[in-house]
Amino acid sequence: MKLTKILASSILGAGLLIGATSANAGDITVVSWGGAYTKSQIEAYHKPWIAKTGNGIKSEDYSGGIAEIKAQVEAGNVTWDLVDVELSDAVRACDDGLLEVIDHATLPDGADGKPASEDFMKGTLHECAVANIVWSTIFAYDKSKIADGPTTVADFFDLKKYPGKRGLRKGAKPNLEFALIADGVAAKDVYSVLETPEGVDRAFAKLSSIKDSVVWWEAGAQPPQLLADGEVVMTTAYNGRIFNAVANEDKPFEIVWDGQVWDLDLWVIPKGAKNKDLALDFLKFSTATEQLAKQASYISYGPARMSSAPLVGKFHNKDIDMGPQMPTAPNNLTNAVQNNFEFWADNADQLNERFSAWLASN
Amino acid sequence: MTDSTNVTDNVPSSATDERLLTTDGVPLKQKLAQTTRRMRMRAFMLTVPLVLFLVISFVVPIGQMLFRSVHNTAGTDVAPNFAAAIQKWNGEGLPSEEVFELFAKDIMASQKRREIGKTPGKLGTRVNYEFPGSLSLIKSAARKFKKIKEGPYKEAILKQNKKWANPTLWRTLKRVTRDYSPSFYYAALDLKYDPDENLVAADKIYQIYVSNFWKTLRLSAIITFLCFLLAFPVSYLLSTLPLATSNLLMILVLLPFWTSLLVRTTAWIAILQSKGIINNILVFIGIISDENRVQLIYNQTGTIFAMVHILLPFMILPLYSVMKTIPPSYMRAARSMGATPFTAFRRVYFPQTLPGIAAGTLLVFILAIGYYITPALVGGADGILISNLIANHIQKTLNWSLGAALGTILLVTVMVLYWIYNKLVGIDKLSFG
Repeated sequence: MKLTKILASSILGAGLLIGATSANAGDITVVSWGGAYTKSQIEAYHKPWIAKTGNGIKSEDYSGGIAEIKAQVEAGNVTWDLVDVELSDAVRACDDGLLEVIDHATLPDGADGKPASEDFMKGTLHECAVANIVWSTIFAYDKSKIADGPTTVADFFDLKKYPGKRGLRKGAKPNLEFALIADGVAAKDVYSVLETPEGVDRAFAKLSSIKDSVVWWEAGAQPPQLLADGEVVMTTAYNGRIFNAVANEDKPFEIVWDGQVWDLDLWVIPKGAKNKDLALDFLKFSTATEQLAKQASYISYGPARMSSAPLVGKFHNKDIDMGPQMPTAPNNLTNAVQNNFEFWADNADQLNERFSAWLASN
Repeated sequence: MTDSTNVTDNVPSSATDERLLTTDGVPLKQKLAQTTRRMRMRAFMLTVPLVLFLVISFVVPIGQMLFRSVHNTAGTDVAPNFAAAIQKWNGEGLPSEEVFELFAKDIMASQKRREIGKTPGKLGTRVNYEFPGSLSLIKSAARKFKKIKEGPYKEAILKQNKKWANPTLWRTLKRVTRDYSPSFYYAALDLKYDPDENLVAADKIYQIYVSNFWKTLRLSAIITFLCFLLAFPVSYLLSTLPLATSNLLMILVLLPFWTSLLVRTTAWIAILQSKGIINNILVFIGIISDENRVQLIYNQTGTIFAMVHILLPFMILPLYSVMKTIPPSYMRAARSMGATPFTAFRRVYFPQTLPGIAAGTLLVFILAIGYYITPALVGGADGILISNLIANHIQKTLNWSLGAALGTILLVTVMVLYWIYNKLVGIDKLSFG
């Protein structure tokens, strides 16, 4: 009988432990991508909200994708209240019924008095998601090593003019877009060309021309490291990561905006989130004009609200004007593509398979 | 009751009819059986937590996961009536008006319900695996079908998008709306259906899985063999040196074993990368020029280097524990009877280490075949193994059924290899010490 007592008390103890580690009431769990990006959100969103409402925020990191949201929602045990996701994932999760629907009319008006539906850039409000920033895949090089640096995507694929290794993301997206622009396709026609089998062949053929010189990266933190180590002479990367290396670590990196492929990050609330109302309150607070502009002083991602743009100032601890660092700055948009989530929703599986087979072949 | 009859049967005929009874009047034998049964039950109760833990945390989830490889209810969840109706269609031309009507109504109802995992997008994703482009088609249908107020539905649907007029799409729909299907295994074996519903090999540019299975087996075999080559002399040394020295050496073997896997893998990146230690030394002493640094990582070489290092202790430890039990006097006896050192080693020492070799090889090979994190970090483009492809389907593409099919094939492969191994070596001959 002693045994049963020990068993019972240990089970009880374990239960108490589990209970103790879960968040207090009034705390919301906000999940984002970690690193410099989460830090910018903590400074611009979390701290002011905590000060204003007195509620707590538990910040968690993840590496993207909707696998965890799917697992939590399907198991009926949703521990995440608000998640920062990419557009294609937001659309897919919403289509699968994994997200709460968000009423855009309840979002605060812009600083200039425009309603939210007009203040947010076109395509940044979604049935289940509200965008906070615009980020971009660009390519960058180390200007201390290349004197007369590349200026176009075509230069990235020119091994004669710029010998050396290239860094590319291991996946079909957005390498196929890059390859087509380098091959002379106008940015606006990229997806209509990719829709055709010939267009896909053309993109792969262009990639094949530099395949032997490519180092493939997967996590966003890798490209600046590859550049710093001299593993590659130029690499595609997320613009904020390169900016961070320049601003915080004084690296001599230069971003080339030609042919940038831009995308959105959005807030979503998983269906059945335990603190849905608080999460919604935080969502509204953090996507207001002022907060979005403030975030831009910590990281070079563009605010999704148009009324935030005039408020974007300098980097928080250095004399760097943030305006020209944004993917949305007019000078950076001259030859730019917006990631077409619908194209990728339909073709990602097939193109990634082809990409893997292409990688494995000689 | 049966116990007591047994007792009667077993009592030798010479004995008296009277049975041995305990003080409370129960036959002794029966009482004894009762007591042993109770004791056995109590002993079993002690293992219950472990058994329950294994069942709940291991058998059930893995079983459920593997079950997904043949069981996918996207069709019947989203469009139950349509799924039933289209099975009756013979696959020629286009389905009838009735099927089109059920399709439109089911899709609209599903769009309205917005139930988790039962939205039109779910069906679209399922169809898209076998008919790329149909995800956006079905999703836009879910929005546009509302405009169709009354029949005939077939005409209205075909008018909305000419893609609906493709009979292959409907044949695919018929196939994917069955709850049980082997199609994920076909995909995992690089097979697909052609427009006439015949099973054919996928186009060469889309074939990845079969070649990756072979690569996984090949690399695992190479890694196991290299581990064996490196571990055998080390284990011999460990088992023959004086205790104080061998303990020190043992710590050197175990220290990396206790270090985090990620730290060890990252250390290999620092050593092998093209601006890393090895390349720098080679350039410094002039063996290679600065432009022609050797690519040692982010390819199969990198995977082999790092995995041999990480799996080495799993080969050393069983070998060491077996060698430790071989008395040195055997070798001396062989030598005294005139055997050369090599013959003595080959005929006397080596055969006695076989149980350790068998255990080490099995352990390393099976660990290698399912290894994930190291190839993911240092494997680059062509050094990745099948488990990396499985992880990709579980975490990124969310095609859990395909991931489960690949996982099942991997599991069955390991079991078959284990069976062959058992036939060749005999599992009872294994010794981990």
